[in-house]
Amino acid sequence: MMRIPYYPGCAVQTTARNYAVSGIAVAKKLGIELVELPKWNCCGVFPSLATDDLMRHLAPIRNLIHVQEMNENGIVENEYRVVTFCSMCYHTLKEANMFLKADEERLEKINTFLEREKEYAGGIKEGYKGGVEVLDFLEVLRDIVGYEKIRENVKKPLKGLKVAPYYGCLVLRPREIGIDDPESPTVMEKILEALGAEVVNNPNKSQCCGSYHTVDRKEIVAKLTYDNLIYPIRNGAEVITTCCPLCTFNLDFRQKEARKIHKDLKEIPIMYYTQLMAIAFGLEREYYGVDLGLHYVDPKPLLKAKNLY
Amino acid sequence: MAETKQEEKEEQKEGETVRIYIMGREYKVPAGLTIMKAMEYAGYRFIRGCGCRGGFCGACATVYRKKGDYKLRMDLACQKVVEDGMYLVQLPFTPAEKAIYNLSELQPTTNVLLEYYPEIAKCVSCNTCTKACPQDLEVMDFVQAAIRGDIEQVAKLSFDCIMCGLCAMRCPAEIVPYNVALLARRLYGRNMLPRAKHVEERIKEIEEGKFDKEIERFVKMSLEELKEEYRKREIEE
Repeated sequence: MMRIPYYPGCAVQTTARNYAVSGIAVAKKLGIELVELPKWNCCGVFPSLATDDLMRHLAPIRNLIHVQEMNENGIVENEYRVVTFCSMCYHTLKEANMFLKADEERLEKINTFLEREKEYAGGIKEGYKGGVEVLDFLEVLRDIVGYEKIRENVKKPLKGLKVAPYYGCLVLRPREIGIDDPESPTVMEKILEALGAEVVNNPNKSQCCGSYHTVDRKEIVAKLTYDNLIYPIRNGAEVITTCCPLCTFNLDFRQKEARKIHKDLKEIPIMYYTQLMAIAFGLEREYYGVDLGLHYVDPKPLLKAKNLY
Repeated sequence: MAETKQEEKEEQKEGETVRIYIMGREYKVPAGLTIMKAMEYAGYRFIRGCGCRGGFCGACATVYRKKGDYKLRMDLACQKVVEDGMYLVQLPFTPAEKAIYNLSELQPTTNVLLEYYPEIAKCVSCNTCTKACPQDLEVMDFVQAAIRGDIEQVAKLSFDCIMCGLCAMRCPAEIVPYNVALLARRLYGRNMLPRAKHVEERIKEIEEGKFDKEIERFVKMSLEELKEEYRKREIEE
């Protein structure tokens, strides 16, 4: 079993627990143990792009230092890659990593700030050395596991299940951070094909979900949710699969507001690709993550109709 | 660090004095006094910013620097012993925002701490709060746990908090960690810890009037009788 450091972040511990529950089980099935960082803090939520706003990078860098420490403490062996499920965490950690590695002076400034922290309770012992690599779980599946091995593990092919992928922006843009072609990504399509699902084209798969406007400008997100769902639905999609907790929340929960504006919008369940993998791998039902009360549109009726639940 | 402290202490033998600076003015005080006692020795009288003098109440939060060291240090004035070259001042009070809530109407949900203290989301993980804590708590870690709604973790990590206010004074995001943690501990105690059966049984007995007669008897007693009753009391091992 390969052991890789795993950074959860707040979303997959709470509102997107179904993502982590299914993802960790899927990884295990594929021979990868995701080892949670013994200590972690907020990823930073969004990367600061101002060159002089170094304080904003403390949060992500702290997490990368914990990955470093896991190696020094023997929790993992020479494994400086860290995996996330949440696109926001992936994006922020990777951006901060690149930003600081690109300029020695910035990194030095951060490390100087952290220098004497070991004098205090739980303080980090050493600054960041720059050796950590941030991976989204989709990259793990594509580059470390491979589609073939995914196919080999399928026990219950998702035959006849019409799935449209939706990526959002955080794992695709900007290009230096993106895990795939920012305009026309295919990694989720290939995974879905390996699972035996029928992939439905989604022309809106890399569009904006409305992001944090969901808090105070629900009407903006409702409009985008309608746009992002109506095209794949017209193409025949029965379920949308996602990789980002924020996109998932907006696509799922904002259907309520979207339907108030657009009466023609049919309810459609939104599921993480890891949930579909758990189902196709024939794992225990608890790993499907559909019984945690986290879905607005319940995917179970569809799964039952397809003999998948 | 620890070593230098040890050496300094050994140098300060009995009868010796140390030089301290209270709000910039130099004083010579006997070695071995706490900051609070040293300031009193120098003639200051505390009306606020002092309390139990035993390190428990958190009223005497203090900041100081030492000559030749850039670090701003924090401690409790009733606990920290003066060292040569200390620059001292007392903080009488920490102005802090405290949310108003009715605990019996709250549930320990993921967002409840964020709802009452939304500013916790501004934490940049600088750890300045942890460096400020005289109780050696991992303050940043419980603020982080608060952000992700892990009430149990907040309650456990903040258990020894004495609400001295230093973390709130130092936080660049203007968070008041100790009030956030207080809400978490209240929610944890009320909603998450298992109920103590013996307490519930006793409360039921009290409500049913089991002890009413005895209380009445005590109320009617004279002071002398009460004292006698107290002397005769059973003492639990």
